[in-house]
Amino acid sequence: MLFLFSVVFTFLALFLIPGLFISRRLSVSFSLKNIIRFFKITASKYDDEEERNGKRGAMGDKEKRAMNRMPKHVAVILDGNRRWAEKRGLKTSEGHEAGARTLMENAKDCFAMGTNTISLFAFSTENWERPEDEVNCLMALFEKHFKSEMPYFQRENIRISVIGNRSKISESLLGLIEEVEEATKSYEGKHLIIAVDYSGRFDILQACKNLAMKVKDGLIQVEDIDEKAMEKELMTKCSEFPNPDLLIRTSGEQRISNFFLWQSAYTELYFPNVLWPDFGEAEYLDALTWYQQRQRRFGRRV
Amino acid sequence: MAELPGQIRRMGGGISQLLEQICGFSRRCLFQVISMGPIPNHLAFIMDGNRRYAKKCGLEDGSGHKAGFSALMLMLQYCYELGIKYVTIYAFSIDNFRRQPEEVQSLMDLMLEKINSLLEKESIVHQYGIRVYFIGNLALLNDQVRVAAEKVMKATAKNSRVVLLICIAYNSTDEIVQAVKKSCINKSDNIKASGNYKHEDADSDVERKDMENQEERIQLVDIEENMQMSVAPNPDILIRSSGEARLSNFLLWQTGNSQLCSPAALWPEIGLRHLVWAILNFQRSHSYLEKRKKQL
Repeated sequence: MLFLFSVVFTFLALFLIPGLFISRRLSVSFSLKNIIRFFKITASKYDDEEERNGKRGAMGDKEKRAMNRMPKHVAVILDGNRRWAEKRGLKTSEGHEAGARTLMENAKDCFAMGTNTISLFAFSTENWERPEDEVNCLMALFEKHFKSEMPYFQRENIRISVIGNRSKISESLLGLIEEVEEATKSYEGKHLIIAVDYSGRFDILQACKNLAMKVKDGLIQVEDIDEKAMEKELMTKCSEFPNPDLLIRTSGEQRISNFFLWQSAYTELYFPNVLWPDFGEAEYLDALTWYQQRQRRFGRRV
Repeated sequence: MAELPGQIRRMGGGISQLLEQICGFSRRCLFQVISMGPIPNHLAFIMDGNRRYAKKCGLEDGSGHKAGFSALMLMLQYCYELGIKYVTIYAFSIDNFRRQPEEVQSLMDLMLEKINSLLEKESIVHQYGIRVYFIGNLALLNDQVRVAAEKVMKATAKNSRVVLLICIAYNSTDEIVQAVKKSCINKSDNIKASGNYKHEDADSDVERKDMENQEERIQLVDIEENMQMSVAPNPDILIRSSGEARLSNFLLWQTGNSQLCSPAALWPEIGLRHLVWAILNFQRSHSYLEKRKKQL
């Protein structure tokens, strides 16, 4: 009886004590569900590594199905840089720097796992209302990273597109953007869309204006305006997959904040509590696992 | 002796009535406490999970939707008691027409029955003075449902206390396209109507051309006022039951800054606690959002 009790107790301890450490590392609440989830994540991490390293020949059915359940287009709202800096007693600009570093690392991981298109909400139209030095710091950060990461984009064949209202951006940044877009426009297979001075409503409005001009010039009739016509005029027309499959907004806020409105009609929305600079590979795998469990019906019965 | 079961039954009925009254009273107290903080003006619901609920409880296919309707009436009662002025529900999407014809037909029959019941004296419409709008591409519905919907809209047009917007045969992308079309037509009509009218108060040719260009260009307000949902302000909270976290083409334009909640309960299981939790979360982020709105 005592022997049985001690065996059971040791078994429990073997699972519970690692769970305590795991939960501290991931800053996630201690619960059985999260422990099981951690094991799933680690297992799937190794699965993905095998897929990356091993399979050069034809993929089997199972692998094809797994690849089909990967999101083709992932959109990210990078929220939480200022709160991250505040928590560590740093300046806001350092929070944004850390966010930019996380961005490049996560983009590399994302592409490596088979995502085709990544969209980032770097700067929203509403962000112009922030304090002037923060806005200037952000613009300087964009310039610095476009310059420094250009060789990496060219090496990895990543196509860069910048969407948004370009009227308020400085000349130097605009020049850099055009340079990067021109240099990478022929690459296929990996697409990074950066939304600077972007607003979902503005996107729909400019598409509407373009359509209205076309009607006025007699190129199309009013009756020809339908959803496909709108999609061809939205800023995401530069992408092969304009509608994101998965939208991640970090820092726990559960809002879209005027990012992709039209495009996220059927997008799965994921709101982790982690702040953006702390979002790493483990958190991204978490998001993917969650996404793969979704039953996407698009209004029909499965 | 033979009267005893009858007496017990009457007592049972009396006790359950008493319990109901106590529940109602404590609920109203709870609402009083919550109303000390900011209350959302407009709440939107995506009523997801009816079919899964029917499967879970082993009921036949149509009864999940009936159970969902009772849950809806309960949620409307709570919302209006709390003082929320606008409630929008996603009853039927244009995508849902692609479901099995029998299911679509049974849904249409259920909706016709419930729409007609709204006109009855004891219905919730008269209890709370609700003004009902039907939002969507009503031309896609069959004649009976459309006629019934228009009748309800006309009958409740004078009510002004609270508003219920029922999205039926609705898709947000369809709504936006219709608004864009209407704006194009209106603008071209305006241009034709103004014709040779010259701006006499403009000082120079350039200014005149600018003013003409301004009138010709479509502005944000043009699209917004042509949206069917312009009768209500933007939703403050969007609640989607059954744990799915997607918008499914519902109110895409209007929910840019709305709080999104997705409780795991299926729609017929939704209750007071989910509503209260959503509102508490709303109150938590409300002051930050108000500050942002003032900045804009």
